[in-house]
Amino acid sequence: MGESIVITSGKGGVGKTTTTANLGTALALMGKKVCLVDTDIGLRNLDVVMGLENRIIYDIVDVIQERCRLKQALIKDKRFEDLSLLPAAQTSDKSDLTPEGMVTIVQELKQDYDYILIDCPAGIEQGYKNAVAGADKAIVVTTPEKSSVRDADRIIGLLEQEDVEPPRLIVNRIRNHMVQNGDMLDVDEIVTILSIDLLGIVADDDEVIKASNHGEPVAFQPNTKAALAYRNISRRILGESVPLLSLEENKSFVSKVKRFFGIRS
Amino acid sequence: MSTKKQVVTIKGTKDGLTLHIDDTCSFHDVLFELDRKISGNYVDEDQPMITVNIQLGNRYLDEDQKEELREVIRRHNKLVIDEIHSNVITKDEAHEWEVDRAVNPIFKVIRSGQVLEVRGDLLLVGDVNPGGKIVATGNIYVMGNLRGIAHAGVNGNTKAVIAASYMKPNQLRIADLLSRSPDYDEAEGAYMECGYVDDKEEKIIIDRLQLLTQKRPELAGVERSMLNG
Repeated sequence: MGESIVITSGKGGVGKTTTTANLGTALALMGKKVCLVDTDIGLRNLDVVMGLENRIIYDIVDVIQERCRLKQALIKDKRFEDLSLLPAAQTSDKSDLTPEGMVTIVQELKQDYDYILIDCPAGIEQGYKNAVAGADKAIVVTTPEKSSVRDADRIIGLLEQEDVEPPRLIVNRIRNHMVQNGDMLDVDEIVTILSIDLLGIVADDDEVIKASNHGEPVAFQPNTKAALAYRNISRRILGESVPLLSLEENKSFVSKVKRFFGIRS
Repeated sequence: MSTKKQVVTIKGTKDGLTLHIDDTCSFHDVLFELDRKISGNYVDEDQPMITVNIQLGNRYLDEDQKEELREVIRRHNKLVIDEIHSNVITKDEAHEWEVDRAVNPIFKVIRSGQVLEVRGDLLLVGDVNPGGKIVATGNIYVMGNLRGIAHAGVNGNTKAVIAASYMKPNQLRIADLLSRSPDYDEAEGAYMECGYVDDKEEKIIIDRLQLLTQKRPELAGVERSMLNG
């Protein structure tokens, strides 16, 4: 029986889809069976980032409306046997997806996969409710900007009312030179305000955008710092049953990234 | 001395009239007697208005009955009801009273978009994040960072105070007064501060927490319980 994790942020454009794609890839690299679920009906992106756009035949709405079986709609990744994508519908309406339908789909996926990563649409309306409905756990993505932290705070508040474990935080797109100049919120400040556990931080990296455009998540690359960050985060997701260790790892990870920057600057 | 007590006794004081109403007879008798008694007294048109205090003793009247009583008195010129006193209150009212003066400890982080409303005093152990709001009919004490909006004395109690371990609010509101943080982000926020309404200036002052004992000595004492009552 696998576990389902929703990746959400409230605000748009902070990197939910990129995070989903990369965490999925990184988990698959570690030999886990992973299924990515795109719930952003009408504005699907996850398939593009994964480079699987051309292979879509059925989508999640087709599954819900029983035009196909769940297995038929799943797209196998071109690189991994164990990585699948359930794409969102592009032509349907948001209301075609229901929380009940999501629960059913996620329950079914849990039988076959270790991790189900649910990519949540921006906003706090129906789309968000659908995405959260089937989730056991939640990851909140934020960038070091005030507006994005504010929205993350809002979404954490909403998640607390749901039947999910306390969410964990990923701070995305950190530009170290701006943080050092005090032009950007630093990670400690964000964690203090949001007061949830930090799962990891990802530096702003041009490679991420490049890789996305090639339909090949950055987590594949052996040496990019963003790739390393995503792989570390997925390791933390795996090793979560040992909380002390994950904290240790967390610290060492931060210092690792600091060292990274230290070399560069 | 007659064994039968007067149903309504009228006493003149320097503040006006005090009507003592016997608490053993029926309410119907009271209205009847009251009407008879006041009608008997001729009131000169030129006289100033007379305020009337009513002492009910151990009689309990509900709102409808009080209104009937007022109606009887209003029918006569020159009489204004100031207050109706009774020694007894219902359990419900006592309970309300209890609720209003209770301190409600809450362990939570109030996040953006969330509103926490309590009756009585609020003791929040946790933060109020920007965009979050806490509201209390009494005082507000925050053991944590107050970065959102706090509204104390929401029913108009200007004596209410807001205290926080770390004070950097969007807004402070006490009763119907409001103060907000400056537009320029120069203020870094401060530790151990409190907000209260200054009586003279009629605006919210933010000051060191230690000054609260001088400004609101009643907060610490037994009298605290009488604040809202």
